[in-house]
Amino acid sequence: MRAVATVFKTILRHSFKDLHGSEDILSPERYVSLRRKIVGLMAVVAVVPLLLMAAINYHEYRAALGREIQNPLRILLSKTKNSFELFLAERTSTVSFIASAYPFEELAQEKNLKHIFTVMTQVFDGFVDLGLIDENGVQVSYAGPYPLAGKHYAEQSWFSQVMIRGTYISDVFMGYRHFPHMIIAVRHMDESGKNWVVRATIDTTRFDRLIAAMSLEPDSDAFLLNKEGILQTTSNYYGKVLERLPIPMPTQSYEARLVETQDQRGEDIYLAYSYFPESDFVLMAVKPRGSALKTWYMVKGDLLFIFVLGVMAIFLVVYKMTDLLIQRMRESEERRELAFRQVEHAQKLSSIGRLAAGVAHEINNPLAAINEKAGLMKDLLGLRPDFPDRERFITLADAILKSIRRCRDITHRMLGFARRMDVSYEELDINEVLTDTLSFLDQEAKHRGVTIVRELDESLPRIKSDRGQLQQVFLNILNNALAAVPDDGRIEVKTGEGVPDSLVISFQDNGCGMSQDTLEHVFEPFFTTKKGTGTGLGLSITYGIIKKLGGDIAVTSKQGDGTLFTVYLPKTARKEAAS
Amino acid sequence: MERKDWNVLLVDDEREFVTTLSERLGLRGIHSRVVFDGESALREVAENPPHLVVLDVMLPGMRGLEVLRGIKAGFPNVKVILLTGHGTTKNGIEGMKLGAFDYMIKPLDIDVLIEKMTEAVGGRR
Repeated sequence: MRAVATVFKTILRHSFKDLHGSEDILSPERYVSLRRKIVGLMAVVAVVPLLLMAAINYHEYRAALGREIQNPLRILLSKTKNSFELFLAERTSTVSFIASAYPFEELAQEKNLKHIFTVMTQVFDGFVDLGLIDENGVQVSYAGPYPLAGKHYAEQSWFSQVMIRGTYISDVFMGYRHFPHMIIAVRHMDESGKNWVVRATIDTTRFDRLIAAMSLEPDSDAFLLNKEGILQTTSNYYGKVLERLPIPMPTQSYEARLVETQDQRGEDIYLAYSYFPESDFVLMAVKPRGSALKTWYMVKGDLLFIFVLGVMAIFLVVYKMTDLLIQRMRESEERRELAFRQVEHAQKLSSIGRLAAGVAHEINNPLAAINEKAGLMKDLLGLRPDFPDRERFITLADAILKSIRRCRDITHRMLGFARRMDVSYEELDINEVLTDTLSFLDQEAKHRGVTIVRELDESLPRIKSDRGQLQQVFLNILNNALAAVPDDGRIEVKTGEGVPDSLVISFQDNGCGMSQDTLEHVFEPFFTTKKGTGTGLGLSITYGIIKKLGGDIAVTSKQGDGTLFTVYLPKTARKEAAS
Repeated sequence: MERKDWNVLLVDDEREFVTTLSERLGLRGIHSRVVFDGESALREVAENPPHLVVLDVMLPGMRGLEVLRGIKAGFPNVKVILLTGHGTTKNGIEGMKLGAFDYMIKPLDIDVLIEKMTEAVGGRR
């Protein structure tokens, strides 16, 4: 058992080793091969026992059914054989009784013999004639339909046999009478040592009645033969009386016995037979196996049907379950990966933010000093109207102050970027946030000759939202738009009020657009068309942020015509969104 | 109160910045004393309580907010304007909670500063 368990474990580990493999690669092939392995393994585990059981069942059932068919046939044969033996014993006893009950002289008188014959035929059917033959083989007297009196039998083998053995039962033969019959002869010896033989002929059509009493099915057959295989009664399928049986004789057995064999036509048959101990006869019954096993074939069909159905069901269930399992696994792996990437992304942004804040702060202090110095310079110049080149110096100081203001704007923007990390809701002017974000991209747009058209609705109400998060959303969408448009392209940014209670910000570009297929997956994590350069996270994060802020995002696109992203933001922040 | 009667204390470790600022304020008729660290600032306030303190949040040694707390503990009537080079509004909001009059981000516009100083000393807020 332990060994089996070990083997099984090894197989399992081997099959599922890709589960522990390189975890970052979420390749579909891996899932396909994994599914194949699970389905295969589970199917084998489920189907093999089923197959084994079906096979065992098949053989057991077949054997049982065979016995069910064979036993009744054997019993029937046995019974019929007894009837035959009884029939023959009765006839023999009768003849024997006549031979011993009457003295030779009485039997020799034909009148007496005819009387006895009449009585005898009244009691026992089947007797055709009766004759008395003396020890020399001469028919002394005869009762019956044929003129046989005075006939010599001394030369015939049956006569010598009866003289030796005392009783003789012949095979069936046609003789002069031209119908199948047999003879029973009994020798008797009186006190004086005189021998005589009483011989009776029996019509063997009686045998047919005994066989008919078996009431066999129409495709079955039963018949009597002698030990040489000569038919003693007419059979349905194996020849007429006195013809040779086309099947080789089975081994001798006085018990009813059954063998499975083939007949001359090559048909599979059950052959039941029994040899007669007292005479040369053999009783046989034949049943074709095909008909006997008809029910079996039906059962076999059912069995096969159930088996196939079972296997199909197993495969279906296994496949479906595996599918579900794989899907769950895939989802959870993707979720994990997404969470991981999001953390990574957030950390990256946070690091950049901290760096920016640090730099901004470090620059702000010297900048403040320069600011004051330049300011003082200007102040002093203002107090000294007689200073040479006064105007020139004032212009210079103003230029310095202007540059300082520019620097301050930059550092403040960097600090604003840093602030983004802290989720905080404040009252915002969306137009201002948008303008702010656009200022990041102005340089690139200008450089590439991309026109950014702003149609901002100045009457927009202020809303409570998160500045940093919104900036990231706008930046993501605008970055995508910039990537999509060609040089000299055009991006339209519009704001406005939507129904009900929402602000609508739309970003229309005239870039390459997206196919229907791409469009369907555009918000899915790890879906990217920028093979190699994109993380496939931008729009997924965007989507997540918008949802978190209680808004919605929609996209329509036509390949070659451009893409329209529409962001909806609630005028009043939702409670759960604000948390 | 006239500008020339204001008693102003400037606290910042950036000497170049703070001395120049003091000079510029002087040119505009506002007399101011200058110290470069928190301890001196507290000492100065204790010796001669000013009307107004312009205090940098980032100071070496004692932190600006602690100085603010110290001033407010001893002299709750002294107005304090906070200066910060750091963009996060967090410090500013915290300072306001501690009783600062207002806060400004460096580099300053001197006119805006004087405006705020006037407001503070005038006690309009």
